[in-house]
Parts: sequence; C-alpha cells; structure tokens
Amino acid sequence: MELHPNVTIKQNTVAQSAPYYKSLQTRLAAGSGLDDIQGLEIGFIADVVANHADAFVDFGAEENAEELEANFYDWKWGQASSQDGKVVGLGTDAGPEAMCFRKDMFEAAGLPTDRAELGELWSTWDEYLEVARRYEASPTKPADSAFVDSPASIFSASVYQGETAYNDEDGNPIPEESDGVESAWGYASQAAAEGLTANLSQFGDEWVAAFPNDAFATIACPAWMLGYIKSQMGEDRAGVWDVAPLPGSSESAANWGGAWLGVPSSGKNVEAAKDLVEWLTAPEQQVKLFTRTGHFPSSPQAAEDPAVVGHVDEFFSGAPTGEIFGKSAAAIKRTPIGPYDTQIQEAFTTALTDIASSGTKPDDAFEDAIKATQQAIGG
Amino acid sequence: MTIASQSPAEALVAAPLRPAAPPPPPRRRRRLSQNRWGYAYVAPFFLVFGAFSLYPFLYTAWVSLHRTSLSDIDGGTFVGLENYRNLLQSEFFWNAARNTLTIGVLATVPQLCMALGLAHLLNYKLRGRTFFRTVMLMPYATSIAAATLVFAQLFGRDYGLINTALEAVGLERIDWESGTWSSQFAIAVIVTWRWTGYNALIYLAAMQSIPGELYEAAEIDGASRWKQFLHVTIPSLRPTIVFTIVVSTIGAVQLFGEPLLFAGNGTTSGGSSGQYQTLGLLMYQQGWSNFHIGQAATTAWAMFMIILLVVGLNAVVGRLRARADR
Repeated sequence: MELHPNVTIKQNTVAQSAPYYKSLQTRLAAGSGLDDIQGLEIGFIADVVANHADAFVDFGAEENAEELEANFYDWKWGQASSQDGKVVGLGTDAGPEAMCFRKDMFEAAGLPTDRAELGELWSTWDEYLEVARRYEASPTKPADSAFVDSPASIFSASVYQGETAYNDEDGNPIPEESDGVESAWGYASQAAAEGLTANLSQFGDEWVAAFPNDAFATIACPAWMLGYIKSQMGEDRAGVWDVAPLPGSSESAANWGGAWLGVPSSGKNVEAAKDLVEWLTAPEQQVKLFTRTGHFPSSPQAAEDPAVVGHVDEFFSGAPTGEIFGKSAAAIKRTPIGPYDTQIQEAFTTALTDIASSGTKPDDAFEDAIKATQQAIGG
Repeated sequence: MTIASQSPAEALVAAPLRPAAPPPPPRRRRRLSQNRWGYAYVAPFFLVFGAFSLYPFLYTAWVSLHRTSLSDIDGGTFVGLENYRNLLQSEFFWNAARNTLTIGVLATVPQLCMALGLAHLLNYKLRGRTFFRTVMLMPYATSIAAATLVFAQLFGRDYGLINTALEAVGLERIDWESGTWSSQFAIAVIVTWRWTGYNALIYLAAMQSIPGELYEAAEIDGASRWKQFLHVTIPSLRPTIVFTIVVSTIGAVQLFGEPLLFAGNGTTSGGSSGQYQTLGLLMYQQGWSNFHIGQAATTAWAMFMIILLVVGLNAVVGRLRARADR
C-alpha cells in the first residue's frame, strides 16, 4: 500500500456465508479471535445489530458520520443501524432485483424478446404468471423446459415488495400477518401448483446443472446473480440471456442480498481498519466493484455515476444493467429485516417445493411453513 | 499397572518378619505412590478424554437446561427441563425419530445380511481372495462427504445417472429426493455401500476362527453347505453379530452426514417436508441453522438416551437368547 506504508492487509476468502457466520458467532461468544474487519451479510446483519452492536465500532458516532451516511441509500444505512442509532458497518454491495430471461427460449415459444416490452407485459406478478402460462402452453417451447427455475425465485423476489417482508418495524418475525409474505405466497404457490416452474431447489446441484442444460427460461435475478449465471453458462453462451425489469417494479422494488463491513471494537488496529472500511465502501470504489465484478453499489452517488448508469453487459445481450438495477435500487423501500429472515425464507421456499413435487395443497404447505418458522424462531 | 509394584508374595513374606514395625501407610496411598509411573503413562489419555469427551458431555447436559443461542452460549437463562418437554412435544422430533428408525432399518438389515453372505463367499478358497477383500474395504476408506456427493448426483432428478438408466429401460424417472421412501432408500443405499465391506471383514475374521472340525463333522452327518452355514457358521458368529448390530445401531442413530449432503444445497430441513431429516440432522439444524444451542444439546442428550436404550435392549435380548439356549 503506497499511501499507508505501515499497513499490511491480510485477506481471508470465504466461500459460503453460513459457515462464516457460525464461526463469527462463536468468536463473538468467546470475545476473541475476531479479525480487524469482519464482513456482515444481509442474512445475519439484523442479528448483529440486535445482539452484538456493542462488539462493533459505531460508525454513527464517528466525526464524519453525516458524511458517511450520505454515501449510502437510506435503507442500506438503516439496515445496519440499531434501534438506539448504532451503526455496525458500512455497506458494500446491494441486491436490487430484475428478471433475467432466455431470449432464445422466449423466441422459440413465440413470446416477445424485447426487454422493455417484457417489462410492460409483466408489469405485475399476475401478468408474469400469465406469460408463464403462455410459455407452458406453447407447442414450440424447448422440450423439457419450464418457465421459471423455482417457486422460490418468485417468492424471494416478491416478498420484499410488500410493506413488510418477514418482520414488523421492530424486527420481530410476523410471517403470518405480513402483506409481502401473503402476496408472494399467492404468486409462488400458484406457479408451483400449476407446474409453471422447473421446481429446482436454488443453489442445489441440480439447479446448478440446469443452467447450461436450458431447463428454464426466467429467473428473478439480484445484481449479484448475473455473475453467477455467467459462470454457470460459460462465456461462449453469451447473448442467450437478457435482463428485464422485475414484475411489479413500477409499484415497488425489491432487494435480495448485499453486505457490510464492520470493525470489531476489540480489534488491534481499530483506527487503520476504520480507514480501510471507509475507503473500501466509498462511492469511487463501489463504482469499480460494479463495473468489474457486477456487484451493484449500495451508494446512490456510485449508482448515479456515469460509469455505472451507462454500463451494459455484453453477456446479457447488451442489457443496460447499470440503468435497470439503478432504477430498482433507487425505488427500494426500507423493509424491516430480522435475525431469522434466512430461516423463514427457507421454510417458505421448501414448503413451495413440496407443493410442486408432492402435490401438497397450498394451504397445508403454508401451515407447514409457519410451523417450520416457529421451530426456527424457537419460542 | 504392575510397574514398580511389589508382588503380593513378597509383601506377605516381608510382613511377619518385623511384627513390631510401625503400621504400614494405608494400602491405597502406597499403591498410588508406587504406581506413579503407571498413572503418568495413562494420564495423557485421560486428560484428552476429559477435555474433549467428558467435559463436553457434561457441558452439553448443562447447556440443555438453558435457553441460549450460539453467539451467547454462557448467557442463557436457566429453564430446567423445559427443553426436554418441548422436544417431546415437537412433531419435528418425532418425525426425525421415525425417519432415523426407518432409515436405520433400511440401511442396517440388508447391510448386515449382505455382509454375512459376502464374508461366507470370501471364506472359500478363491483365486484373488486378497484382491476381493481389499476392494471390499474401499468404500469404508472413502470419506462420507465424497461418497454422498457422488451418490446425490447419481440420484439426481433431472441429470442423475440412475434416472437416465431407468428411462433407458423404459421405466419412469423418480424424483428420489422429494419422496419419503425414495429418499430414505437412497440414503440407505449410501450407508449400505459404505459399511457392508467393513462388516463383512469383521465376519470373515470371526469365521476364520471357527474350527474346521465342526464343518467336517457336519459334512460327515450329511449337512449341505447351506445347512452348514445355518447351523455351524451363524451360531459360532453370534457374539460377532451382536457386536456389529450394536455398532450399526449406534451409527444409525447418529446418521447425519448423508442426509445433510444428500439435500445438495446445504439446507438442514432434511427435504421439503422433512422426509429424510434424522435426529442428527435435527440437532444440527437446531444448533447451527437456527442457533438454539440449548435445544440442540437437548436433542443430543435424547439421542444418547436412545442409544443407551437400544444397546441395553440388545444386551437383554442377547442374554435371554443365551439363557434359552442353555
């Protein structure tokens, strides 16, 4: 590091969030073994905010706090803030959502392939399901293909379009009363029961294998999913995928994923770590992160940067991803998140899988999901 | 244990010679000091055992009496036996217990029968016997994770080799993972594949210690090979069979890696309706997916009790059989 000759940065690479979080938790419990900087992912930031805010440097109490706050979308800053105003980390990327679709498969099935036209055609999720039915009924669609990869795809995207997702304002889980869950469940369970999905379990082996095997024509895609799709398809399949706005996005946008960097206050190099986190999450760096790796900024300044707004993705048929995700990110509301979002989401998506694979009645499956949720929260 | 100790004979001879001597230090203390090297030699084992088995064992019991989370293990609230009551009332627990039982039966019974048959065959004078015996142990030397990942792909719904083969012979594809019996069958296959050779080798070793005269006598009496197997081999193997049943039962109750990895996406619910969630997987889900360490500790202790119960039953049945035979 030229500007900081005394600082050496050692970086650990983590493949998966879940085991990382487990070790972070045991280290927080033991009060030792924490790194100078710890990544905090959306799946557990709420737990850290609610239960471990004291273990991290409060960026809200820094001298330049106002300046820092202005660097981020208010919902991004808010998700890392505790009720008494402590801010446990600064945002890296965000996960604004769009709908990725297979141009070639749409064409074969006789559907329009223009991304703007599709955005109009599925301006609501009900219309998206209509398009799905048209696809499934098409005699010319590619054999053995489904319209969407999984009911989870529909559920996980649309649940965040409600006023609430899994929690009330205070972060307490209320899946039974949430409008987001209710409407998302309605769309996703319809799709599952009608057989409009390939019924794959997301991130499972078969799901991964399904990408290059052309098993489905659409998938709800947060910005970070694009890199994933690219690596599964291989560079030589450029131009078969395209990106359109998410159904219902004219009303409400959705965010899935994203991370923060936090500085444990017990660290040995707190000041240097704070400097590094501020630098890493500054708008200029977020612009580079997007144009190089496709992680969408959590900073409006970065999202409005010409390099981001004008970014097109050649692999995705030249889709203006900077513009599409930028619109989505700007429209995201601050949906309250809670410590059990990951488990609750899993409870609902597995219940949806059950509808599609075993023909369970949607109402019964909903009951199962609620039971699994209660077990996860663990009264 | 006899290092540096006086032999009893020496002690007896020495004592009457000096009747007026002061009373010797209490026997126990002398033993302790005289055997100190023996204790020193076994100490490392007990230290390690204490640190990594006994302490966690007792600590788990203590944690199971608390409502506590992974990130705050020592900060939980004491709730007495509430976790145990909740566990017994939880349908997830009974579902997991049922699955553990059915997968256990599906995996253990055919496994031990096949192992017995294989051992019997390998006991004949075959060309390349050593080769077969080595090959048989190979699955046991494979890691559970590697084996399960391969099997999960074989049993894949859309791109699995087994379904492709089924289709090739005109049968229907099976969604192995989503069905109750199909998923449990698939997991039982993985377990059977891995452990059959191991048990066969144990049986084989026991078979080789059966005296040949027994077979000769049976042959003179006109017993066929099958009759010999039934009336000579099996009765002679009874202690070994009991041993393998106990070990397999313990393994079956603890079944965890296979169902976890069979899901293929890291979820711990054991399938979309928990159709192959075992007790081990439930414990992992409670502790490491839902972070309720108290609940997980409770499940761990419940598993321990179940193992004790099953092994105890086994012993009782074995004893009754032995008495009946006498």
